[in-house]
Amino acid sequence: MIDGEILTIGPGDLVPHVLQIKHDGYRLIQICATTTKEGYELTYSFGRGYEMAHLRLIVGPHAQIMSISNIYEPAFLYENEITDLFGVPIQLISPDYKGKLYRIEQQTPFK
Amino acid sequence: MATRSVVPFGPQHPVLPEPIHLDLVLEDEKVVEAVPSIGFVHRGLEKLVEKKDFHEYVYVAERICGICSFMHGMGYCEAVERIMKVEVPQRAHYLRTIWCEMSRIHSHLLWLGLLADAFGFESLFMQSWRLREKILDMFEVSTGGRVIFSVNKIGGVRKDMDADMLKSFVALFDGMEKELRILSKTFLNDYAVNSRLQGVGFLTKQQAHDFGAVGPFMRASGIDRDTRKLGYAAYPDLDFEPITSDVGDCYARTQVRIKEIFQSFDLIRQAAAKIPDGEIAVPVKGFPDGEHFMRVEQPRGEAIYYVKANGTKFLDRVRVRTPTFANLPAMLETLKGCQLADVPILILTIDPCISCTER
Repeated sequence: MIDGEILTIGPGDLVPHVLQIKHDGYRLIQICATTTKEGYELTYSFGRGYEMAHLRLIVGPHAQIMSISNIYEPAFLYENEITDLFGVPIQLISPDYKGKLYRIEQQTPFK
Repeated sequence: MATRSVVPFGPQHPVLPEPIHLDLVLEDEKVVEAVPSIGFVHRGLEKLVEKKDFHEYVYVAERICGICSFMHGMGYCEAVERIMKVEVPQRAHYLRTIWCEMSRIHSHLLWLGLLADAFGFESLFMQSWRLREKILDMFEVSTGGRVIFSVNKIGGVRKDMDADMLKSFVALFDGMEKELRILSKTFLNDYAVNSRLQGVGFLTKQQAHDFGAVGPFMRASGIDRDTRKLGYAAYPDLDFEPITSDVGDCYARTQVRIKEIFQSFDLIRQAAAKIPDGEIAVPVKGFPDGEHFMRVEQPRGEAIYYVKANGTKFLDRVRVRTPTFANLPAMLETLKGCQLADVPILILTIDPCISCTER
């Protein structure tokens, strides 16, 4: 990956890409969700040294997205946060807080 | 076979004034697993971007945290400035750098005090915070505030420091440095302090990498990475190298933070000597359109400000990946295998900021 690059991929390509990125020596830096007119944009940021590169998923509101917490353990916090705040259904997060990471009155406020 | 039990830690705990809860799974006195719960005081500051225009949001960003409020404001401003391709005056970059390093000194001294308090060394706690008070006084003199400063704006800064003020600050830092040298001897050489810190809470270099640790927590495990090296503000003009340790225990984290305070004194001296004359801000016209990931080295580690703009005065998204959020998985890993009695000290040595985490 090129430093600063944002590579847009489909949801089905996420896990193979992330496996390759891990193999290339990157670590997970963050996962960020943004609400769009069509649904959501998820940006996965990875770092190696001072480099930072991103994978981006642009998905509809009901898209099934696989968790990457079995590849990168720290992903569980970001994924649970996205589930809580955006209502994005992410499959097989480990551990899955089932929408209870944040104790907030309004469910999925960014949805 | 050892008896397994679950002991709750927090959300109210004497060592942590902010709410975080951990379920500690113990085998006798040894921690085998820790499951975190956060979100007790989630404030929805990122959501506020829908109600505040991109200039007003600077004030919201500053309120993410009361300790690194300046850096939150600056990180957000720099992200927007890069989207809008605003040429910030060099003097503003230097002023931002000086306030950033003052924030780092303030934060690390606050942390040293909390650490001393956690292991019951009350006079050391008071001495650390007495020293910290001098930084707060300098903030008050230079910005008018002691917690929230409101000196950042998109396009530069709102207040200047004249040559006399900078000279007086450098003299004050010289005095503080002498006092810190005395204090640091106790932190680093005292038998009782060492017995609580050395050999406790190891994080290996590989773990620090894999679990995404940042800041002094990461550097104390041997990774020489400091986001200031990426070259924002006036850091490209200053001479410094990341401070690291190869040991990776609580003592190493203390040592790295103490050395970083001395490094901050040096950076401020360099900046005060090199600061150019000129404007401190430029007018900003129009609205941002585009996106940017801005990385800033806060006292607790790298913070990432993601800003996405749509060409109107309201932004689509502001997301702040705070250092404590990034450090939680690595902290959980270090807890595995430690003794229950060491848990408070160990958690404290990542310098957790729940205010940032609950942005």
